[in-house]
Amino acid sequence: MAMERADVLRKVVEIISPFAKNKEALVDVSEQTHILDDLKVNSARLVDVILEFEDAFDIEVEDEAADSVNTVGDAVDLILARAG
Amino acid sequence: MRRVVVTGVGVVAPNGIGMADFAAALREGRSGLRHVPVMEERNFGCTVAGVPDEDRVEELCEAYFDEEERRAMNSSHRFGCLAAVDAWTDAGFVRPDPADDDVNWDAGAVIGTGIGGLDTTAERLIPLTDAGKVRRLGSTMVEQVMASGVSARVSGLLALGNQVTANSSACSTGTEAILEGFERIRRGKAGRMLCGGTEAASHYIWAGFDAMRVLCRTHNHAPAEASRPMSASAGGFIPGCGAAVLHLESLDGALERGARIYAEVLGGALNSGGHRSGGSMTAPNPVSVQRCIRAAVGDAGIPAAEIDAINGHLTATGADPTEVANWSAALDRDPGDFPWIHATKSLIGHGLGAAGALESAACMVMLRERFLHASRNCEDLHPEIEPFADSVPHERVEIDDLRTIVKSGFGFGDVNACVIYRRWED
Repeated sequence: MAMERADVLRKVVEIISPFAKNKEALVDVSEQTHILDDLKVNSARLVDVILEFEDAFDIEVEDEAADSVNTVGDAVDLILARAG
Repeated sequence: MRRVVVTGVGVVAPNGIGMADFAAALREGRSGLRHVPVMEERNFGCTVAGVPDEDRVEELCEAYFDEEERRAMNSSHRFGCLAAVDAWTDAGFVRPDPADDDVNWDAGAVIGTGIGGLDTTAERLIPLTDAGKVRRLGSTMVEQVMASGVSARVSGLLALGNQVTANSSACSTGTEAILEGFERIRRGKAGRMLCGGTEAASHYIWAGFDAMRVLCRTHNHAPAEASRPMSASAGGFIPGCGAAVLHLESLDGALERGARIYAEVLGGALNSGGHRSGGSMTAPNPVSVQRCIRAAVGDAGIPAAEIDAINGHLTATGADPTEVANWSAALDRDPGDFPWIHATKSLIGHGLGAAGALESAACMVMLRERFLHASRNCEDLHPEIEPFADSVPHERVEIDDLRTIVKSGFGFGDVNACVIYRRWED
């Protein structure tokens, strides 16, 4: 069964939240929210975020694809393309 | 040279977490030793260890650190960072806001470890790497296994801008760290330094010692009685873990800001024995031990007669009688004229790289509250220590004029550290 985009978004935000240094930006988080610039996630931790996406959605994300994830929406697109 | 004082202490000990709890534990002679099921399951000869209350550690970590930080903190990180933050706040400072870009260029850290993040190495690094799953290691592997991981984390928590490093000299690590920070402040290169040691709760760390048969195997049935320094029945040490960090600063700085002072670091010394004259990878050269003690007394600028008490290294191995003889020779004080001598390890086991720091934290409590804690489990003093029997407190002793304690740490590799603390008179 195909996943709903809203469900994926909710799960992506849940996964990223512990890594966000700017908790205030989580309040009105959207697909346009930039993971590094807005949420202030330490760039080194992006690999951990990707690993959690893999576990949560049972997907594999190659390094090149991971590098293309800048916004929350990018993450949702990437997950839907692999798990949808 | 500037005078240096201790104005803050943080401690995560097997018998007490936080200074109030630790002080109460020392007063009560409370043991922090307990049966560790995994040691029994893995066929260790010794199944007892000194481990801080895990639930309390977890509770404090959740209060002190955010989830992203906690994910990157293994056992030695948790102990060390809790102790460092507590030392900082105990000294009267507040934790800086992570969003504030101000750096404290005058404050640094020397927080060492004997073994380090072996729990992470054993439980994640090796299994995942051997399974070909290197990318599954994530981003926090290096910082958890690098020797300087704890001091590095503390630097970020407190915005430290002076020297931030980790030392390692086996079981003298904690004492050495204090002396390294002491020297830096003394020479005017830093205003304040967080100094101490941390060691993880991990049976992987203890396994090698068990294989060497240097851990106690005779009291698995009675954990509180298993660490027996100075006793005739001492058959090895009990492994321990935890962390302690002392906040050292210049006396001038402390007086200027009206800080509460635990003690002055009068002086100290570091040396090694070159594996000669009976010294080896595992045993100290008695010549070097005595030289280290004499050098510390000389550095402190006091006569040896002013030393009131020895907080010994005293691990509960066959080296204890030699250590006592070394103290007697180095201080030129015979039985009858010998200072008090006791072993904090009788309560908490041997904290390895954290030992000297944990035991120095005990010295701070005792100097401030003017007592010596009980040296437990040595009612049957070793025959060679028997002449010094009057100097061994089997129960807590209140000593109103307790002023000067000498603390030593002797480590594998034939390395020695000795530091002298004096109670601060307000």
